Amino acid sequence: MRIPPAQLVGAGGAIGAVLRYLVGQYVPSERFPFATLLINVVGSFALGLVMFVPVPTDTALFVGVGACGAFTTYSSFSVETVRLWESGSPIRAGLYAAGTFLSCALAVGVAWALAAVIW
Amino acid sequence: MTQTRTARLEPILLVAIGGFAGANLRYLVDTLVPASLLATATVNVFGSFALGVVFYEDRFSGRISAPTRRIVATGFLSSFTTYSTFVVGAVTATPVIGLCYVAGSYALGFLGVLVGRALVRPEGGGR
Repeated sequence: MRIPPAQLVGAGGAIGAVLRYLVGQYVPSERFPFATLLINVVGSFALGLVMFVPVPTDTALFVGVGACGAFTTYSSFSVETVRLWESGSPIRAGLYAAGTFLSCALAVGVAWALAAVIW
Repeated sequence: MTQTRTARLEPILLVAIGGFAGANLRYLVDTLVPASLLATATVNVFGSFALGVVFYEDRFSGRISAPTRRIVATGFLSSFTTYSTFVVGAVTATPVIGLCYVAGSYALGFLGVLVGRALVRPEGGGR
């Protein structure tokens, strides 16, 4: 049976969003947005695996575009960076902005290396 | 008992509905925009602007209810935008394009939040 791509992406997106919400409930982020950082690093690693391991198109849509895409978030990252900056912590804002990119890029690199070793 | 359980499930259902729609719209933009990096940058910049509006409207006026925040901010906008696709796109592009992509997305994303904040900021200012 052929499942429409929009259904796969939407269902994956619903799951990713709920997982992100749950992580946000349990990871303390009052002084620094640790929850979003953790979410983006873990989600980037997972998307890296989906991209570098040969998976069926439906899996890529459901897990990659849907779940990983929705689990990770760019908008919260942007707002949190501006919040850190305007609340008088430009250094923390810079660390957050640069640190998120570097740790997510590293996570993608680890996923790539893992995929290359195993497959 | 039933009341409590429903109250605990409601946020999750709202986030799921928003997440379904947000991921779907992102996929639509990706289908319509020919270049995948441009599609991701577009959703991320527009989503940052929109979340800026919602976040600061809530902060300044306090008139955005918790259910609205969950369906629109946590569900829809946060799933519409994506960091994982952004970073995979950046590291798999050529160095020059990757650098422009990251710098452009960061600059326009933060600018989007500031424009959103300026739109809803009350006359007297406020943080």
